[in-house]
Amino acid sequence: MSEEKRIQLVITRQDDPESAPYEEKFDIPYRQNMNVISALMEIRRNPVNANGEATTPVYWDMGCLEEVCGACSMKINGKPRQSCTALVDQLEQPIRLEPMSTFPVTRDLAVDRSRMFDSLKKVKAWVPIDGTYDLGPGPRMAENKRQWAYELSKCMTCGVCLEACPNVNSKSDFIGPAAISQVRLFNAHPTGAMNKNERLEGLMGEGGLAECGNSQNCVQSCPKGIPLTTSIASMNRETALHSFKSFFGSDHKV
Amino acid sequence: MNERERILFLYFLRVGKALYCLKMSKMYTYLLLEGGKSHTMAANREFFYRRLHSLLGVIPVGIFLIQHLVVNHFATRGAEAFNDAAHFMESLPFRVVLELFVIFIPLYFHAIYGVYIAFTSKNNVSTYGYFRNWMFYLQRISGIITLIFVTWHVWQTRIQYALGNVEVNYSLMEGILNDPFMLWFYIIGVVSTTFHFANGLWSFCVSWGITLNPRSQRIATYVTMAIFVALSYVGIAAIFAFVS
Repeated sequence: MSEEKRIQLVITRQDDPESAPYEEKFDIPYRQNMNVISALMEIRRNPVNANGEATTPVYWDMGCLEEVCGACSMKINGKPRQSCTALVDQLEQPIRLEPMSTFPVTRDLAVDRSRMFDSLKKVKAWVPIDGTYDLGPGPRMAENKRQWAYELSKCMTCGVCLEACPNVNSKSDFIGPAAISQVRLFNAHPTGAMNKNERLEGLMGEGGLAECGNSQNCVQSCPKGIPLTTSIASMNRETALHSFKSFFGSDHKV
Repeated sequence: MNERERILFLYFLRVGKALYCLKMSKMYTYLLLEGGKSHTMAANREFFYRRLHSLLGVIPVGIFLIQHLVVNHFATRGAEAFNDAAHFMESLPFRVVLELFVIFIPLYFHAIYGVYIAFTSKNNVSTYGYFRNWMFYLQRISGIITLIFVTWHVWQTRIQYALGNVEVNYSLMEGILNDPFMLWFYIIGVVSTTFHFANGLWSFCVSWGITLNPRSQRIATYVTMAIFVALSYVGIAAIFAFVS
């Protein structure tokens, strides 16, 4: 019985970063509990398209296979998500797979998410502890605050929020919600807070926080349920206060 | 490595470390003293313009909008009441200065920068049909409609008055609104303006970090939509006062 069940896939493919994308249909045998990745593995095992013609195996990125690395993000039936947690039984067929459109395609479903890492650099999303001598233990973090911060730390830089955002596109250099939320995370860290202003100024720079238009698609789309819009509003408050302090002068700057 | 080389090596290591420390301490002194303004002035321009755009939409443009709609409402009390109110506004001292700094400069900065903002977004309500995404889209559409409406309205009333072609009074508006096309143009224009203002208040609250969490943002939605309905009523009641 299950031998006869088939899965139809329509995959947007692209041979290299410069070539034009094209669609290819696949028809593969169904197995129980399949996810999109195992369907793609089936194509890799037997790279034949729906017309019965031999083709190149579809290329995609993957890592952890448990929705913590973000590498396997792609558009599945129009919406960006991780292909590892996209269960075939829950998807409408034919299953349409496309690469995320916000990022340059490297091949088929794999994209280059470098811009996200550039954004993290822009806002200094780390805690600097390197120096010429031992700085000793940092200040302690309250347990309830640690638990709160843990939610923000779940971001896996997958790119789904950037894909969903109408203001992240070829006409703007908006860094997107992920990096903004990371500033909130690192500024909440007791040691990280020592470099609070540098991160806020990163956010106030080109392509920064101000380009958010509050469509709030990010918070609806985030696979990890990170309160991105609260992070954005919180950083709006922090940068507003920071800009007042910078302009009028203040002894309460970090 | 013999003893001499070892000492030399350690010496260079020391010098290198010292130079590095010097560089770092200099850098930090620089950051401490100049950090506030070093790279920020040029790069901050966009942040500044965006915040200015958000602020000007409410103060003074939004406040002026409310005042204008309230004065219009005198029309519901008859031609004479409207003419008195219009005449009072017209004869305010420093009128040109007030118009320039309370209305035209902030309004057209907000409008022109707003058009730039609207055209740098790539709307995607068909894929992400969430409520806030629709509001985001409508905010941009209503902004463009409002700009067209307001520009036409300024041309038809203020500029024609300045050219000496018309008198701003009840009969001017009565004449304009008797044309069914103009009547609809004004209704759509006013509703679009009040929506853009009310929804703009919502995003003002987010952009300045007043409403942070989903609950406060939801309540802000209810409040701003109530403002939209109320102001639309005030505006449309005035329009129909000229027609009937």
